[in-house]
Formats: sequence, C-alpha cells, structure tokens
Amino acid sequence: MNEYLVDIRNERLSFFTPAGEVKSLNDVSLTVREGEVLGIVGESGSGKSVTAYSLMGLTAHPGRVIGGDIYFNGHHINMMTEREMRKIRGNEVSIIFQDPMTSLNPVYTIGNQIMEAILLHTDKNKKQAYERARELLTLVGINEPDKRLKQYPHELSGGMRQRVMIAIALACEPKLLIADEPTTALDVTIQAQILELMIELKNKLGMAIILITHDLGVVAGTCDRIAVMYAGKVVETGTTDDIFYHPSHEYTKGLLLSVPKLKELEHKKLIPIEGQPVDMLNPPAGCPFAPRCNSCMKICLRTMPEYTDLGKDHYSACWLLDKAKFEKGEVQA
Amino acid sequence: MENKKLVEVQNLKQYFSVSGGGFFEKKVVKAVDDVSFYVNKGETLGLVGESGCGKTTTGRTLLRLIEPTDGKILYDGKDITHAKMLPYRRKMQIVFQDPYASLDPRMTVGDIVGEAIDIHKLAANGNQRRDRIIELLSLVGLNSEHANRYPHEFSGGQRQRVGIARALAVNPEFIVCDEPISALDVSIQAQVVNMFEELQEKMGLTYLFIAHNLSVVKHISNRIGVMYLGKLVELADSYELTFHSIHPYTRSLISAIPVADPETSRSAQRIVLQGDVPSPVNPPSGCRFRTRCPYADQRCAEEEPEFREVSSGHYAACHHIDKVK
Repeated sequence: MNEYLVDIRNERLSFFTPAGEVKSLNDVSLTVREGEVLGIVGESGSGKSVTAYSLMGLTAHPGRVIGGDIYFNGHHINMMTEREMRKIRGNEVSIIFQDPMTSLNPVYTIGNQIMEAILLHTDKNKKQAYERARELLTLVGINEPDKRLKQYPHELSGGMRQRVMIAIALACEPKLLIADEPTTALDVTIQAQILELMIELKNKLGMAIILITHDLGVVAGTCDRIAVMYAGKVVETGTTDDIFYHPSHEYTKGLLLSVPKLKELEHKKLIPIEGQPVDMLNPPAGCPFAPRCNSCMKICLRTMPEYTDLGKDHYSACWLLDKAKFEKGEVQA
Repeated sequence: MENKKLVEVQNLKQYFSVSGGGFFEKKVVKAVDDVSFYVNKGETLGLVGESGCGKTTTGRTLLRLIEPTDGKILYDGKDITHAKMLPYRRKMQIVFQDPYASLDPRMTVGDIVGEAIDIHKLAANGNQRRDRIIELLSLVGLNSEHANRYPHEFSGGQRQRVGIARALAVNPEFIVCDEPISALDVSIQAQVVNMFEELQEKMGLTYLFIAHNLSVVKHISNRIGVMYLGKLVELADSYELTFHSIHPYTRSLISAIPVADPETSRSAQRIVLQGDVPSPVNPPSGCRFRTRCPYADQRCAEEEPEFREVSSGHYAACHHIDKVK
C-alpha cells in the first residue's frame, strides 16, 4: 500500500433518483495520513457526508459508487462485500453523527449500546466488555459511569449523548474516526467541550479524524489539513494555514470573506457569494462554481479545470491558476 | 439615531405548565422570567443565548403570539399587553427561523405575500395587489415570475426571502427576526444579513434580532442582550459587549465561539464551561448560572443578583462584577 491511511482516487458516486441521475461525487480524490485531522468543509449537498459514508461502505440506496477507488488501511473498500465490511466498520473505522438524539437507540441502555460494539469485534466476555464500557465513559469525561451505563439515551443531555457516541466509536480503538457535523446540533459552550475532547482523545489514542462541518471556525482550531468541497468536487485542499491565509480558489476566498468576525472593531459590510447553490440535477458543464464566480471566464463555463499544484500539499482546481494554459493562449479571459 | 423607545417590555414573564413526574403533579417552566428591555426606533437589538434560554419565547411573547403570564408590553409608548392586536400587526411583524416550515406549501409565493395585503385591506383592486406583490418580491431580490411558483421550488435562501417579503407586506416599523439565518448555508447567510441591513436603511426598520450565533448578532446589532435560562444576564452596546463583557457567562460564551482564524484559535485562552445547562423546570436557586460559574460562592446560591446598570448603558446581573474585572 502507500503512506496514506485513506486514499480516495477519482471517486464518482451517483444517486439514481426518479428525477434523474444526481452526480453527488464527481471525481473526488482525498487522502488522510495516520494520526492526521482532515477537515471537510462545504455547504449542504456539496458531497462531504456522502464521501465519508462511502468510505465506510454506507452509501444509501439509490446511490452507487460508479467509478474510482477507495482505499482504507490496506482494504480496497469499493471491492469488498458487505460481510467483509462489517468486520471493519466500528472496528478500524467508526463514525459519529450530527444528531446524537437520533443516532442512539432509545430502547436500549447506554451500556448495552457501548458493549455491543465491543462484543462484536473482540473476544471479550460480557463482564470484560462492561469493564471496558466503564473505562470508555470515564475516558470521554462522563462522571458516575456505573449509573450512566444503566440509563437510556433520553435521560442524558445533548452534549452527554454525543460523548456516549464518541465512546461507542472509540470502543475498538479505530484507526480512523469520521465525525459528521459532530457539534452542529449542540450549543456553543457544549461544542467547545466536545471539540476539546476529540482533540484530546486523538492525542491520546493516535487515530486519524475526518471532521465534516460547514463551520469554518470549527476547522480552524482543530484540523491539520482542510478539503473544501463544492457541488460534488474537492475544489481546494491544503494545510489549515494555507487555506485560511493563502486561499487560492475563488469559492474558498468567498467563503472566508462572507463570515462575520466577532473581534472586528469597525462595522464592515459582509461580502456575500452571490447567486444560489447548484441544482445537482442539472449541474453546470464546466467548473460548478463558475455561475457564482466573480472572475468567471469563458473556459470556466465549458471545461472543468485540473488541479494546480501550489506546493506543500496545496492543490486547487481553478483556471485562474493554470498559468501554462494562459501563456499558450488556450484560455481567454 | 433618535433615542426614542419604539418597543419596550417590562418584567415580562412567560410560564408554561408542564406535567411533572407524579399523576397530579404540575410543574412550571419559567421560559422567560422577569425580563425588561427596550428597542429604540431604527436600531437593532440582538438577543443571544443557548437553546432553551428563552430568546425565541421572548420574541413571540413580545408580539403576543403567546400571551404573557405577567409583565407589560409597550409599543410607541402605548400599553398593548391587553390591547386588540390587529392594528399593531401592521406595525410589528416576524420572520421565522425555518423557511421550510413557515411557508404554506399549498400557496403560491404571490398568495403567501398577498395574504397580509388582503387581511389588512391594503390594495383596492387586483391590479394594485399584484403590483404590490411584485414590488415586495423585487425588494427582497426575487422577480415577478417567482410569484406564481410554490415554496418547494425555491432554495432555502430564496424561501427566507419570501418570508421577509411577507413580513414587509404590511409596511411594518418593527420586525422580530427569529433566527432568520441559522437554517441557511454559509454562503447564503451573508446575502440575507446584508439584505436585512439594506432594508433597514431603506425603510427605517427596527429589528429585534434573535440568534445563537454571536458573531452574526454582533455584526448586525447596535446593542446586544444575552439570555441564560430565561433571564437577561447582560445587555450593552455590541462593541462594549464583545470587547468588555462583564458577566462570566457572556465571557465564556464569547471564548467558546470558534474563530475562523487558525492562529487566533491556537493561541486563544478558552474558558471551557463545565457541565450542561440545567433544566428550566428546576433552575438553580439564586443566580441561575452559578452551577457552571467559576466565580460562584455561597451568596450566589442564596441571593439572586439584580440586573443593574454597571456603567452607562451597560447592564449586568452578577454579584462578582469586581472580581470578574
């Protein structure tokens, strides 16, 4: 294999709906190294969750991976059977969802749900699994673990439930934790607790994390690298600093300018990205962002740009960066 | 800005009764408990707080969409706590949080906006009504052909524009904006925020802007009130509040906001609050924030802090203002 824990190459994934084919992922390539935190940011429908789910073999009907390769920890995910997938899921890779209210089963106790993962993937007997569950709850910062293990999800607060979700996800010490908008449903003060916990656990256990969010503030403080997605495409990837301080794609730039900053002394008018999100049933032919882009050129409407290597793992797909083509006169403004 | 109070609430209370654990047991949730503030004409007052703190209930009670349990609501100096609301509905409007749930799916956008025109008899004939609808739609950045479409044909941002057009249909003076952007995508949020600002300039509107996102509230508001468990804990000019907050809750709220700047967030000293917001059915005695407050002592448990003016225009409710400084 290679140096990457996750290596997604040119993945294409479509949902075959009655209204037509929705190309949810259109040539997506992503990598995650061991122990790295990758943030995926994008708007709703940009394909960030779909990418992560397909990595776990959890693409929902009527969706299907129709091209490309997904490698994770030496497994060729899109070639595996459901039976093989089950051995990996919850063991080598786990996921925590946005809404802790609905992702826990209301009719089983917390203890039951944590122990399920342990009993399924390890040789531990019930007693050992219970011990491990206690240990996990302590690890995620829940007091009185014995009492909590006997409680049902509705007896816990939102923040507490998300901690339980994390405990379940970490039960088998996975190599990769996928966090799909883990704090979106939580209040800011609770969000700060959960993010802090996730980073602390990462440092302790050494797993890699894919953090999916639409909040640029959340990725700024937690991620090593960021992938920006728009309409089923990764439009730019780079280190957190590169994305924030040297954004090169027009969408990334626009996104950064459109959020109000709390600690700003004067009142500046926000600079919004004009236009409406892409209709995924009828995406534009060229660059998906072209219809909303201020620097849109003729070629942008026709052909999707290639990635330009900007050094230090920083890639961006924008015609403006393709200097070679400019010089040859192939691209006209 | 002229400092004329347009809307004022005094000791507003909104209690909901809920059934308790026992069969005959009745419990009371004090969703809004003794809240007083005013909004000056032409200004934007922001209201922030976490879920369940009573900010939405305050907004709705103020419009008497829910009748207040106690307290007084004044509009333009007149007590409207028990008044007939129809004439005031023309002056006070609301934009709701969820643009998917707040528009009737069986009505065209034109009819949604036109309904208010019909109720208040603002158009003499069909032509006038149609012109007015088109005028309103163009005001919010939509065009005349949108009038014949149904809400499901629009994106979230466009639907929120329809919601705003509906609120503007009666030419109101005052609009309660109840989390109007939290259901929208980041790139669309800025569009809607800018539109609120432009409309305010153009029409001299007064807003009560309710949201949980302090960065957005600070951007749009002149003054900000912070709520916690049904109480206002701090209220000040928006710059004063973000840079010189007094109340420990406001401070932790500000420090908990993730900053979209890697260097700042790496070096930031976070005050991470421990624990969860207590249940409003059974709030802590004394100061309601004391269970999570780093400064709490015996006095906080026994005595409820008074909401008082600390410096000019800056109000806070805390026993330990000197220590926090």
